[in-house]
Amino acid sequence: MIAERPTLKLVDRLYLTAAWNGFKVTLRHFLGRKVTMQYPEQRWAVPPGYRGAPYLVRDQTGRTKCVACQLCEFICPPRAIRVTPPGPAVDPSTGNVEKRPRQFEINMLRCIYCGLCQEVCPEEAIFLMQDYSLTGCSREEMVYDMERLLALGGVHHDHVRKWDRVRREAAAQETFPPNPIY
Amino acid sequence: MKQSQQSNDPLAAPPGMISVTVDGRTVLVPRTMPDWQGRQVPTTMLQACELAGVTVPHYCYHPKLPVAGNCRMCLVEYGVPALGPDRKPMRQPDGSLVIKKSPRPAIACATPVSPGMEIYTSTPTVKLMRQSVLEFLLINHPLDCPICDQAGECKLQEYSVEYGRASSRFVETKVHKNKQVDLGPRIMLDQERCILCSRCIRFTRDVVGDDALGIVNRGSYSAIAAYPGTTFDNNYTLNTADICPVGALTSKDFRFQMRVWFLKETMSLCASCGTGCNIVIGSRENRIYRFTPRQNDAVNSCWMCDYGRLNYRWIERADRLTNPGGTKLTKPDWEDAINGIAAGLKQTIPGHIAIVASARLTNEELYLVRRLAQFLGAPTDCAPRSGPADNLLLCADRNPNTKGAQLLGIAASLPGANLPVFARLIRNGTIRSLLVFGEDVTRHGIAPEDLARLDFLVASDIHSNGTTMISHYFLPGCAHVEKRGSFTNVHGRIQKFEKAVDPPGLARPELYWLSELVCRVTGQSVGRTVESVFEAMRAEVPAFRNIAWADLEDHGVATSV
Ligand code: SF4
Ligand code: SF4
Ligand code: FES
Repeated sequence: MIAERPTLKLVDRLYLTAAWNGFKVTLRHFLGRKVTMQYPEQRWAVPPGYRGAPYLVRDQTGRTKCVACQLCEFICPPRAIRVTPPGPAVDPSTGNVEKRPRQFEINMLRCIYCGLCQEVCPEEAIFLMQDYSLTGCSREEMVYDMERLLALGGVHHDHVRKWDRVRREAAAQETFPPNPIY
Repeated sequence: MKQSQQSNDPLAAPPGMISVTVDGRTVLVPRTMPDWQGRQVPTTMLQACELAGVTVPHYCYHPKLPVAGNCRMCLVEYGVPALGPDRKPMRQPDGSLVIKKSPRPAIACATPVSPGMEIYTSTPTVKLMRQSVLEFLLINHPLDCPICDQAGECKLQEYSVEYGRASSRFVETKVHKNKQVDLGPRIMLDQERCILCSRCIRFTRDVVGDDALGIVNRGSYSAIAAYPGTTFDNNYTLNTADICPVGALTSKDFRFQMRVWFLKETMSLCASCGTGCNIVIGSRENRIYRFTPRQNDAVNSCWMCDYGRLNYRWIERADRLTNPGGTKLTKPDWEDAINGIAAGLKQTIPGHIAIVASARLTNEELYLVRRLAQFLGAPTDCAPRSGPADNLLLCADRNPNTKGAQLLGIAASLPGANLPVFARLIRNGTIRSLLVFGEDVTRHGIAPEDLARLDFLVASDIHSNGTTMISHYFLPGCAHVEKRGSFTNVHGRIQKFEKAVDPPGLARPELYWLSELVCRVTGQSVGRTVESVFEAMRAEVPAFRNIAWADLEDHGVATSV
């Protein structure tokens, strides 16, 4: 399409009318309701369900919920997650859950906040929280390790605590006849 | 197996064959088929279904184990031709057989087929039976898939998805059994996950001949256990972790190391003895996580020994040679090293040089050594390596390619017989130059003081060793998992293997620099690929004449010699 260039009259060529019209808009906003947020001094209220940075959580007893199943590592589209499984040594401190990651890293520069890790996690151990502004001075700093992810993630109240239930069930069967536990 | 013609009468199959109909498709199957020991026994419904291309889910059946028939997962419905009062098969007016459907289902793994039989594997009843069997198997199952090593290759997971119910109706308390049971030095048992298919019991009793495992207790409390006071410890225990369809038996070596779905699978061979068991290497990001056996009925059936399976940790040891070096090499650079060695070799005199090549090198690499030896007029030999053999797979010859070295004329007829001769000739000053490929000759009878007298000593190996440390030039080699090539096993079977991981640093496959050396020294090129060297070897060595690289496929070819 060819845009016709209008021939400008003298008043138009002086630009005074155009400048005046521009000032009118500025004035209207200057006097009207303020809409600009003074970020970062002023913060935005993050709505519930917002998909921010993924962090790991502990349950109310302080147990790291992640069991290093590596499903999130598998599903993560940009491969932001790297889980290091614990290896063969039996770790008595894990109780009946047997497995816990040795290391868990999320590269926040890679994460696209898709939420697939949260969706796939069978242990409800990883959640996309409300943080949206992550900064760092180097690439390495933006790879969050397990300690940092757990600290940022905090506690997620677990109503079911399936592993505790299994432990109690199994303990009840140590005696015969089994004690009912409910 | 051929599809019989429509007009054919199912009862008039060719001799030795039986005509059966699987889900409406008529197929001819052999009357007998080999059982787990290779003996001909009547063909079962499960085998017939497999020949017809119909999968029948099964847990306890394994083609290389005696049939137990205890899991009931393979239940199918079937019918046989009805007999009239004259004991002759009754016919419909159109001549087709009258089929009398059996009122009860049968286990496909243990029921032989009969002429004219019809097998139904997709009726609503069969589907319901599969659902019910799975529901029973799952009532006491702990459902701890997120922490179970079998997840991803678990038959309970796979069949539950394919044939099971969507939800559980079990509201009672599950029976809990022992977890983390230490069965033996290499095997960990989780009794809760076990579905009691008895594959492990049959394997160790019937294949290995070590009756170590059994089922104790009754009903829901039944569990696998080693006999009291004993541990499950023979050289084949880890195969039970492979055949366990669930995560009850797991390898302590692989436990909690990596999820199986991340592992890249590479067709390879075990290089720990002359048997050459076919294996799959599981690796991720250049790290090896496990070896598992790969079926080859001409070599290792479905098994491999624990010794070979666990013999891989040395590959990532810290003392790997990662660059060329030596007392005469000023900077660790391949170009300089090859130039220096080629120049040195051009000055050697036939009769005053010898070559020791490892029987761990591939056929192709040993062929290049042969070219070099022929040109230089050098006698050659290999270093023998032996250990106790057993009556199943493990062989006394612990080199993977002694046979190949013999066929190529590298090894003496008694491998290692030339080494004392070399030592004597070095000592009296006859041998002035020595090339050692992939061995430490100081551990095979040639003393370091003798090596120090040589004018020219070139060595290569995977790790730094006594010979490379004092050599004028040393070259970093590769483990077999880091290269391609072929081995000839003790029975003369040529098998090929593929590369699973990259070599560290500047280390390069022997073939890469041997072909370069051969080219510089002899002036003739044989190419730099495994295929081109194999072709050249075929043209020259009679034992390989009738075998092309492409013929080796996944299972190898037996040499004619
Ligand atoms: S939110 Fe998406 S991109 Fe980010 S770590 Fe989870 S799966 Fe990966
Ligand atoms: S966060 Fe969840 S999905 Fe990821 S490894 Fe841990 S348990 Fe598995
Ligand atoms: S496979 Fe037939 S009963 Fe187990």
